[in-house]
Amino acid sequence: MKPIFMTYTKKDLINLGVCMVLSLIIIPMFIKTEYWYTSILIPWLCLALATIGQQIVMGYTGQLALGAAGFMAAGAFAMFNLILRVPDLGFVGSLIVSGLIAAAFGILFGLPSLKVRGIYLMVATLASQFFIIWMIDKFGWFKNYDSSGIITAQDIVILGKPFTTPLAMYLVCLAVTTVLTLLAMNMARGSTGRNWMAVRDMDIAAESMGVSLLRTKVQAFAISAFYCGVAGALFAFCYLKSLEPVAFDIKLSFKILFMCILGGLGTINGAFIGAAFILLFPVLLNSVGNNVFHGAIDATIISSIEQVIFGLLMIVFMIYEPLGMAKLWETFKQNIKSKLPSLNMKSLKSSKVKKPKK
Amino acid sequence: MIDELLFFMEVLVGGLLAGTMYSLVALGFVLIFKASATFNFSQGAMVFFSVLAFCGFMQDFNIPFVLAFILAALLMVVVGLCTERLVLRPLMNASEDTVLMATIGLGYVLEGLAQAAWGVEVRRLDLGIGDFPVPWIADNLKLFISALDITAGLVAAIMIIGLFLLFKYTKIGLGLRAVADDAGAASSIGIPLKHIMLLVWSAAGVVALVAGCMWGARAGVQFALVDLALKALPVLIIGGFSSIPGAIIGGLIIGATEKILEVYIGPYFGGAIEGWAPYVLAIFFLLYRPEGLFGEKIIRRV
Repeated sequence: MKPIFMTYTKKDLINLGVCMVLSLIIIPMFIKTEYWYTSILIPWLCLALATIGQQIVMGYTGQLALGAAGFMAAGAFAMFNLILRVPDLGFVGSLIVSGLIAAAFGILFGLPSLKVRGIYLMVATLASQFFIIWMIDKFGWFKNYDSSGIITAQDIVILGKPFTTPLAMYLVCLAVTTVLTLLAMNMARGSTGRNWMAVRDMDIAAESMGVSLLRTKVQAFAISAFYCGVAGALFAFCYLKSLEPVAFDIKLSFKILFMCILGGLGTINGAFIGAAFILLFPVLLNSVGNNVFHGAIDATIISSIEQVIFGLLMIVFMIYEPLGMAKLWETFKQNIKSKLPSLNMKSLKSSKVKKPKK
Repeated sequence: MIDELLFFMEVLVGGLLAGTMYSLVALGFVLIFKASATFNFSQGAMVFFSVLAFCGFMQDFNIPFVLAFILAALLMVVVGLCTERLVLRPLMNASEDTVLMATIGLGYVLEGLAQAAWGVEVRRLDLGIGDFPVPWIADNLKLFISALDITAGLVAAIMIIGLFLLFKYTKIGLGLRAVADDAGAASSIGIPLKHIMLLVWSAAGVVALVAGCMWGARAGVQFALVDLALKALPVLIIGGFSSIPGAIIGGLIIGATEKILEVYIGPYFGGAIEGWAPYVLAIFFLLYRPEGLFGEKIIRRV
């Protein structure tokens, strides 16, 4: 396929167009219930963004990190303090700066990745998770000396206009996610992403070919933490509407790890698929529990079953499709294509008929 | 002055003994890593699962203590068997990271199953050993040391000596080490890979049960045990993943440093630094000695 804009082919641009029409026109037109925005769409976008962060460091650079929620907490509390103490920065400015603050933490805790890998790195990144949460918890300044433990997030105001309705917040999340997703795709396609993947596939070989390990790894950690930080800020301000360190505990880190792995390592669309699955599956299970069994099954049992199924899926995917749901989707598409001969004929014809222009 | 010294001794000894509790958890990790070079992330879940099953047998079915312990141990053997059959064998040729992620999934399965079967509320586990200072030591040495800590220390010592001897001097131990070194070569000279794996996972399950009993008696049998088991990770990093003595030394170092930092430096930072101090300590160890104190040097080939 011929690229028509930068390195994007016609198909990519059509996909982008379809996504934009779907999310900007179809969804706001047909979905009127607040529940969908506040409990599904907004957290989905936020968590997908965090999962992209995890993808960058884990899927693309191959560094086993487990501290996404820590960076999200850093981003969320940075956002709170920036809006509180530097109101001139505005919402977007604060969002960017809080992402940068999270990125600084990312660099700090990504440094061990230069020395160690695999499970060792996982332990090193766990330190970031526990340290950041502890720091926020212990120093009152971060929470503006609030004694209740839960702080209400400020309202989102962009250029003097309040964004407080679920739809408006959804649009804010959508805008940020779209911009950052496109950026991530660009990075993954460009030399940055190629360096990441070279390091993932064989770091020693990459280094001998002139890819700087220091630069590539630190860059990946910084960008990953930036994405997580921004996602955390959105998560706190649009979804939770409150800030408490407990919301960003190790469980959330594991959840994001699951989204990343089940969605498909090393793919951007996998982040969205994985986040949707992990988020929607409990909702589905709960509604089955309520509607089919009419609450005969205890809620704690349902959440245990959910955990068992996530674990089983993880094992099954590792055994049969380590590349996750994104790869399943690819295979599915290819199967459909090969099973529809008419489509094949058409593409064959069109490629034959086309003559090179002079 | 003498009081301060005594207090320091008390903190140190308390920390060291608490460290053996971490060692007990770490031991399960080492067992599996030593025999299969697999990092079993579900060890924490195994601790939780086994001790909850033990409590469940005792409290829900009124099975006597010893029988319940044996039943729980048998259950862990079954878990080991299922793991070997359903998770490890299909992943025989997969990369380390893939297996690691599969064990994270296994951990989720075990946690979920345990909670579905025996409920989510915190259970009390009474081993008949109190978690209070032993009067004899308190009177004679003026140190306040919990009886449970001493028991944990003893149990850990016995298990470590036993396992060390097993690995060093028995044929099974030799087979285990051969499999860890090169599974393919080991199986080609006739070491039954399946049996070895089953044995190791069952042993790790029983170790998890013992560790769970100790932790359960102290903190109650609850979900937080899984997170506590994460603390075994810095222990492993300091001691080395493939060393049984390393597990105990690492546990002692973590236990002692954690307590001393908490008591003497913690107050300046508002306390509760034991949540992250072990991990930061582990990072420093990683930077200077990535293979741990007793680990084998990691050599990577291109």
